Amino acid sequence: MDNAVLKERILGLVPDAEYQENKQFLTFIIPPAKMHELAFKLKSESDLAFDYLFCLTGVDMVKFLEVVYHLESTTHQHQLELKVRTDDRVNGAVDTVCDIWRTAEFHEREIFDLLGIRFTNHPDLRRLFLEEDWIGHPLRKDYVDEVNIVEL
Amino acid sequence: MKEIINLPVKNVEEEEYHINMGPQHPSTHGVLRLVVSLQGEIVKNLKPHCGYIHRGIEKMCEKDTYPQIIHLTDRMDYLSAHINNHAVCLLVEKALEVEVPERVKYIRTIVDELNRIASHQLWWCSFGMDMGGLTCFFYGLRDREKILDIFEESFGSRLLHSYYTPGGLMMDIHPDFQKNVKAFIKYFRKKIKDYDDLLTGNVIMQLRTKGVGILSKEDAISYGVTGPSGRASGFSCDVRKHHPYGVYDKADFKEILGTTGDTFERYMMRMHEMHESMKIIEQLIDNIPAGDYTAKMKAVLKLPAGEYFQRVEAARGELGVYVVSDGNKSPYRMKFRSPNFSNLSVLDHISRGCKIADLVAIGGSLDYVIPDIDR
Amino acid sequence: MKEADFRDNETLELFKKSGGNILLTTVDAMIDWGRSNSIWPLTFATSCCGIEMMATGASRHDFARFGIEVYRASPRQADVIVVAGTVVNKMAPVLKRLYDQMSDPKYVIAMGACAVSGGPFYYNSYHVVRGVDHVIPVDVYVPGCPPRPEALLYGVMQLQRKIRLESMSSPRQTVELK
Repeated sequence: MDNAVLKERILGLVPDAEYQENKQFLTFIIPPAKMHELAFKLKSESDLAFDYLFCLTGVDMVKFLEVVYHLESTTHQHQLELKVRTDDRVNGAVDTVCDIWRTAEFHEREIFDLLGIRFTNHPDLRRLFLEEDWIGHPLRKDYVDEVNIVEL
Repeated sequence: MKEIINLPVKNVEEEEYHINMGPQHPSTHGVLRLVVSLQGEIVKNLKPHCGYIHRGIEKMCEKDTYPQIIHLTDRMDYLSAHINNHAVCLLVEKALEVEVPERVKYIRTIVDELNRIASHQLWWCSFGMDMGGLTCFFYGLRDREKILDIFEESFGSRLLHSYYTPGGLMMDIHPDFQKNVKAFIKYFRKKIKDYDDLLTGNVIMQLRTKGVGILSKEDAISYGVTGPSGRASGFSCDVRKHHPYGVYDKADFKEILGTTGDTFERYMMRMHEMHESMKIIEQLIDNIPAGDYTAKMKAVLKLPAGEYFQRVEAARGELGVYVVSDGNKSPYRMKFRSPNFSNLSVLDHISRGCKIADLVAIGGSLDYVIPDIDR
Repeated sequence: MKEADFRDNETLELFKKSGGNILLTTVDAMIDWGRSNSIWPLTFATSCCGIEMMATGASRHDFARFGIEVYRASPRQADVIVVAGTVVNKMAPVLKRLYDQMSDPKYVIAMGACAVSGGPFYYNSYHVVRGVDHVIPVDVYVPGCPPRPEALLYGVMQLQRKIRLESMSSPRQTVELK
């Protein structure tokens, strides 16, 4: 399915998705409440069939926290990029997609560990890399560590 | 007559107990802690605890310039170090819209494939050693030394070279490079028959690996298992075929898919991949065009603002590099989608119901390198 | 290492001890010769240097020529721990526990730039221990990233020289680190 048709399809499923210009992938910004439902439809509908989540990233844009999903379909060979944003830096929460794509389980734990974004309904949300009693989330832009990190 | 005392007989059921295959263990291939929940000898549940080699590379990348990041990517999955470098170089070149000379593309492809063979040799030797065949250790490393000699002659170091830079290569290859690579291929084609004789046809090895740790195709796609482990389950995921880079579109090689997805199939995938890599090298080695070894690049590289993604086929699966740039000489956010991270997440799922001795075989066949998981 | 340098222990001012009983010196020499030629390491490889350590044990640069016959998996049976690779905050207590479990006399070789001083991760990493000597006392430092197998063998020979200077009259005791 080429990008124009895919764009119509996604906007049909989630009308308030915001299209973003991107040279490489077809990118949409999805409101957090609609993400889980859209993800389920993306995987289950046979002409979309996005069954391979190949990258799940968390980004700290200072005004908001963002979770970026890169999806691909192994049958139709089309790709998609979705972003979900949350303004709340203390308790920001996004719906988990690990019941749809099992790879998200570990990736979401990593994002929680390093950026502090919570995922509701995740089966086992705890820190992955750092110790259980580590304070702070290192990949945030406001993470301060005078000993180790050199500010030039 | 003795009185028979009727003692209350407790219904002794085997309870679950947890054992810790701790961070320091000969066969976890690095520092991985597995808390295995066993009932007798059968594995019920497995929880990996990562982070024992988490060095914070992604945070460090936000302070380093792009040529400096190449040195850090070397140390992530150090067995396919060149391929990691290749991913970052391709990303920077695509973002700056720089066209690298053909010579560079040929050399990069050939060195990537040599690195893949070296990585699989090391995998083979540790796989055999974990299952108890210590001879494999010596055979694999002996043959790997030949590739490391070629690398040392041209690039100056045995393991971590940082040879690729954005725009090309650090220096040109040695004049004897082509001759040595051809000699190596001739030598290794003979030796790989020894590998088959020693391990592939071995009855003990086949009994330990056939039917063990089966991963279905849907699970492989859902868990994101790529590389030889994913191809063994029938998931066609070779980035060299689907999104070609370098000169892979000029070389003729097959993407071999398995059917059952068990440990033996994952083993055979890597043996096939070594053959295919040798085929690719043979087709390309004589046709390296003459030319520059690097394109003209500015001293300070600033990527235009935006997002960039690059996928390459590392020795263990699909490596993705995602950069969010705000126009500076360091990335705003750099994320490495590491293949071993997804490959490890499936270990729990496929080892349920196996014996604990099989866990070692399954882990060896998934071939994870822990620093790549923890970055 | 040249043999003259290897045998030349008199010039090591740091390790010079006062002259001992002649009988004890000969016995010492024999015991130390035996101990230095049979150092058995613990399998402890965290990252890239581990591959070079494996390559040193393989057939080309053979470890076993120097007496490092086998790797012991259990710390109770090992003489030396070759810390090959980066040590991070999460791994440091584990390393300390392993070191404590080894029995005297024990030695430590810090292999690779990461174990010596933090290496390429010295700046800007929030989770790396800058040098394994923050955790355990080190005898020999082998720099390099990764060090060549020959460099590791040189480091092992330096350790052998150090062992030969020990004496039964003042046996090596581990200082309890607080």
